[in-house]
Amino acid sequence: MSPAATSSLDPGSSFVHVRGVSKWFGSLQVLKQIDLDVGEHTVVCLIGASGSGKSTLLRCLNLLEHVEEGDIVVDGQPLTNGKVDVNAVRKKIGIVFQAYNLFPHMTVLQNVTLGPRKALGVSRDNAESYARALLRRIGLEEKADEYPDRLSGGQQQRVAIVRALAMGPKLMLLDEITSALDPQLVTDVLALVRELAESGMTMILATHEMGFAREVADKVCFLDAGRILEEGPPAQIFSDPREPRTREFLARVLEAEKLA
Amino acid sequence: MHALHQVAHAFFNPHSFTLAMPDVWAGFQVNLKMMVIAEALVLVFALGLAIVRGLPGPAAKPLRALAIAYTDFFRGTPIIIVAFFVGFGLPGLQLGYISQLSFITYGVITLTLVYTAYVTEVYRAGIESVHASQRAAARSLGLTYMQAMRYVIVPQAVRRVIPPLLNDFVGLQKDTAIVYVIGVTEAASLAQQFSTKNGDFASYFVAAVFFILITIPLARFTDHLVAIRERRERAQAF
Repeated sequence: MSPAATSSLDPGSSFVHVRGVSKWFGSLQVLKQIDLDVGEHTVVCLIGASGSGKSTLLRCLNLLEHVEEGDIVVDGQPLTNGKVDVNAVRKKIGIVFQAYNLFPHMTVLQNVTLGPRKALGVSRDNAESYARALLRRIGLEEKADEYPDRLSGGQQQRVAIVRALAMGPKLMLLDEITSALDPQLVTDVLALVRELAESGMTMILATHEMGFAREVADKVCFLDAGRILEEGPPAQIFSDPREPRTREFLARVLEAEKLA
Repeated sequence: MHALHQVAHAFFNPHSFTLAMPDVWAGFQVNLKMMVIAEALVLVFALGLAIVRGLPGPAAKPLRALAIAYTDFFRGTPIIIVAFFVGFGLPGLQLGYISQLSFITYGVITLTLVYTAYVTEVYRAGIESVHASQRAAARSLGLTYMQAMRYVIVPQAVRRVIPPLLNDFVGLQKDTAIVYVIGVTEAASLAQQFSTKNGDFASYFVAAVFFILITIPLARFTDHLVAIRERRERAQAF
C-alpha cells in the first residue's frame, strides 16, 4: 500500500474521520469529496445555505444515508467498508433532528427509554431512573408522563436531545435543531447544547445560529453546493473568511439577522 | 292496498317472525363464531403480510412479490369462488387432515383468506402514512428494522387505520352468510329452510335483523373513532 493510501485511511488522532465522501440523490450530487476531521471532545459547526449538504453529511455519519463513495471512520471504527453493524454504530452516535421527531404515541419517559431498553437491553427500572435524572437536569422531570403534543417546541427538542443522550453516545449530531423553533424557545435549547459542549461531548452541528456557532465551535466548516469550501476556527471564519462565497453567505445571514 | 298487505304478510308476519327466531338465532351463533375467529386471524395475518410487503432491499424481493400476488388474487376473486375452492376443493383433494375439516372451518378459512387480502392493504396504507422521519428517529437509536416497526411504526399505523379496518370487518361479518354455499349451517341457510317450510319470508327478515343489530354498533363505534381523531388533529393544528 502506498503511503498516500495509508494516510487517507488513517484516522490519526481525530475522532471522526471523513475522506472523499460523495453522495448522489439520483443524478444530483449533494456531497462532493467531503474531507472532515473532528477531534474528540471538540465541537464542529457546519454552516451554509439550505441545500448545501449539511444535513446529508450528518445523516451519512450515522448511516441514515447510504454513503456511495469515500470513507468514514468514527472512534477508530470504519463505517463504510460494508461490513459494519449499523445498529451498533448508531448506538454510539446520537442524532437530533430539526423537526424533533419524538414518537407521538409514547410519553416523554417512553420516548427516552425506548432506545436504552430495546437497543441496549437496559432494564426498565434502570432506563427509567436514568431518563428521569436526565429530564431533571433539563427541568422537564414533571413532563415525564406527558405526551409530546402537550409540550412546547423547545421542550420537545430538549426531550429529543435527552432521548439521544440516554443512549450514552460518544458523538452527537445536531441537525439544525433550532430552525423549527420560535425565537423565544431557542435559548433553552442552545443552553442545553452549550452545557453538553462544556461537558466535553464531541458534537457536529449543522446550524443557522451564527452567534452560537462562533461561541461553542472549535472549528467551523462552510459548505457550499456539497463541498466544504472553507474551514477554520470560528474567529477566522466569521471575521476574516478567505473565500468570497463564505463572505457573501455571512453577509447575507448578517443582513437577515438585522432585519429580524 | 292489497299488494302492500301481501308484502307485509309475506315478509313481516309477526307470527312467522316469532316462530323463525329460534332457528335463525341458532344459525346466527355459527355466523358469530365464524366472524370472531376470522377477524382475529385476519388481524394477525394481514399485519404480517403488510410488513412482508414493505420489507426493504433486493433480498426480500421474492417475499414482496408473493405478498403482492396473494393480495391481487384474493382481492380480485369473488368470495363465492374462493368458498368453492376451499369448501369443495380442499375436501376433494383427499389430503388427509386438511380435507376432513368441518364446514365451519372451511368457512373460516375462506373468510380469512379473502379478508386478509383487504386488510393487508389497509395496514399497508397505515404503515406508509407514518412519516419517514419516525423511522429515521427510531433507527438512529440503534433499533433494528423490525424493532422500529414494532415499537414505533406499527403502533402509529394501527391507530390510524382502525376506522377503515372496522369497515372491512362489517363486510366480513355479512359475508359469513355467503359460506352457506359450501354447506355451513348458519343463519341464512336456516332462514331459507324455514322459509320453504313455512311458506313466507319472515325468516329472512329475522336473519337481516340479526346482522344489522351487530353492524350498527360497529358502524357507530367507527364514526366515534373518526370523530375523536378529527378533533385531536384539529387541536394539534393550532
